[in-house]
Amino acid sequence: MSLSPTRSLAFCLSASLLALPLQVGAADGEAIIQQGGANPAAMPCMSCHGADGKGMAAGGFPRLAGLPEAYIAKQLADFKAGRRENPLMQPIAQALGDAEVAAVAKAYAAKPKVNVKAGPVERPKEGSGAWLALRGAWDRHIPECTLCHGPSGVGVGDAFPPLAGQSAEYIEAQLRAWRGTPAQPAGKKTKAVAAVAPTRSNDPNGLMRHIAADLSEAEIKAVAAYFAGLGESTEPFDESQHRLR
Amino acid sequence: MKMTLRLLSAALLPLLAAHALAADSARNARLDDQTQLPKAPTRPVGQTYFQPPAEADIPNNAFGELVRRGQDLFMNTKALAPQYVGNEMNCVNCHIDRGRKANSAPLWAAYTMYPAYRKKNNKVNSFVERMQGCFQFSMNGKPPAADSEVMTALTAYAYWMSTGVPIGKAQPGRGFDEPPPPKGGYDIARGKAVYGKQCALCHGDDGAGKKVGATSVFPPLWGKDSYNWGAGMHRINTAAGFIQHNMPLGRGRTLSDQEAWDVAAYVNSHERPQDPRLVNGDIDEARKRYHADDGVNLYGVVVDGRKLGQGVQ
Ligand code: HEC
Ligand code: HEC
Ligand code: HEC
Ligand code: HEC
Repeated sequence: MSLSPTRSLAFCLSASLLALPLQVGAADGEAIIQQGGANPAAMPCMSCHGADGKGMAAGGFPRLAGLPEAYIAKQLADFKAGRRENPLMQPIAQALGDAEVAAVAKAYAAKPKVNVKAGPVERPKEGSGAWLALRGAWDRHIPECTLCHGPSGVGVGDAFPPLAGQSAEYIEAQLRAWRGTPAQPAGKKTKAVAAVAPTRSNDPNGLMRHIAADLSEAEIKAVAAYFAGLGESTEPFDESQHRLR
Repeated sequence: MKMTLRLLSAALLPLLAAHALAADSARNARLDDQTQLPKAPTRPVGQTYFQPPAEADIPNNAFGELVRRGQDLFMNTKALAPQYVGNEMNCVNCHIDRGRKANSAPLWAAYTMYPAYRKKNNKVNSFVERMQGCFQFSMNGKPPAADSEVMTALTAYAYWMSTGVPIGKAQPGRGFDEPPPPKGGYDIARGKAVYGKQCALCHGDDGAGKKVGATSVFPPLWGKDSYNWGAGMHRINTAAGFIQHNMPLGRGRTLSDQEAWDVAAYVNSHERPQDPRLVNGDIDEARKRYHADDGVNLYGVVVDGRKLGQGVQ
């Protein structure tokens, strides 16, 4: 078999492309966090996600410290693919190579997880944020958030991220991103507002989107405030103890 | 004086223990009832299911304390009553929304239907015995005594939740409202595919569920930490009803009858703890006595060249 000139050019090109990830194979996660990726568009993560990786509430920048490695890598892939849209984060994700994604996901996952104290059984008030978090709204097929996001919102496995440790601003933004907003017809004094399509559609098997879609604006605020209010404890938690529902 | 008391109690203790043992075996002898509930009446068009009282309506007195304790036990059975639980399950895992959700065997549809007479063996089954059955089989544990604090609190919780339900009148929403068996039967291989797509994310490829530290969050569906071979959920028809109404979590009523039966059969074609009623280690005998006539189940049936019902520890 002889290769045509164009074919062999393509062959050379793809061979060198293949070699690329090998070069950055040794990508240093901590260096990406502090100085950014090889492509300058991949800005240093810490400039937004905080020096300690715990995020910055005011900017709506989420905590990354202690999130599951697979979850972080999945989110970066989702930003790249447009299943999750965000004007700040999408170009950054697109500028990260595969090896860089893997390295930075590993580095953030190795940082301390959010540490929430386990208390006695809570007695939430109906209609409060705590109620949604701990009881849900089963008449609307909404399980209690802690059933998927873990008792005290600490997260479960690789697919269910912690809500504890995230700011109210960020949690609200994500719920709205899944929900989008329905169109508003023109009123007497107001113009019609076009619908905003959801900007996040990356939940496995649609487990999260129908929940966000069914929450009212007041409920979004209340439940976000509940999880943000869990705070972080400095006392180590004994993992052999139960967390109560 | 103190001394004699101590001596006395030392002498009495073994006696008391022997008494407890005798009571236990008497109870075990009666544990033959996780049999199927009668079919619940269908909900009349335009009517809602019974609405149990709100949590805020639990009174703030000694009774209310007991009701709250019952609710806590129902949701955190393993954490709060570990001596009675032999696996990693909690009552609420199968009786969704704290035992309030229709078609998830809600407590409000149960309490007023006991004591229940069963013609099949001419026996009467009390509400407490029914709950003891769930401890023995669903929780693979050791049932608390009828007059124990745990049983008293659970009973108070169910009683309170049934406020306003007429006695002895079957309510729509009772049990798990099983879908009819599909025309061509069920298929375990097809069920495996449904499981991989819709269930494994939470319950794991190995069916072992997921924990956070010591606490089970996604309950195990098979294996040593799940319900045992005597539990009602081991019936494919019963599991199909539960699954179709309640799973995938938050997305109930999205599986077809066929999918619900297939995936229920897949789940229940795995080993789990032995049926505590096993006679002389004889699976075939236990099948004949307790399983042959109990809905659709795979206990003692050969699947893929292996007889199910071996049990795991
Ligand atoms: C210019 C600010 C900025 C920088 C720099 C930045 N991010 Fe982000 N990041 C954001 C914002 C804003 C969000 C929230 C996006 C949204 O609302 O969907 C986000 C979200 C994320 C998420 C999703 C977290 C979750 O809980 O789902 C990950 C993962 C992430 N960033 C990783 C990184 C990494 C890795 C870097 C460094 C290479 C980085 N970010 C740099 C602004 C930034
Ligand atoms: C049936 C399971 C389930 C339930 C119940 C659930 N969630 Fe989620 N949620 C998910 C999954 C899965 C994800 C991750 C999706 C992904 O991969 O991006 C998620 C993600 C989120 C996120 C984004 C987290 C981040 O770091 O970006 C927020 C915020 C959230 N959920 C809030 C809630 C709230 C509030 C409730 C209760 C009203 C709730 N969830 C109930 C499954 C669930
Ligand atoms: C593995 C799932 C599972 C668990 C865990 C479980 N149950 Fe059950 N429960 C069932 C099934 C199945 C039935 C029978 C339903 C049927 O046959 O349709 C049942 C029936 C009942 C009934 C009678 C319902 C009626 O309408 O008559 C009560 C009461 C009950 N359970 C209480 C409990 C209590 C209390 C606990 C915790 C100690 C518990 N259950 C744990 C599956 C479970
Ligand atoms: C988003 C996570 C999630 C998914 C997906 C999911 N489940 Fe569950 N499942 C749960 C949780 C949580 C419970 C316990 C509910 C509670 O305690 O309130 C449960 C309970 C159960 C139970 C009763 C308890 C037990 O351990 O036997 C069965 C059976 C079950 N699920 C089967 C399935 C099947 C079959 C599927 C797929 C069709 C599925 N589940 C999908 C989270 C999930």
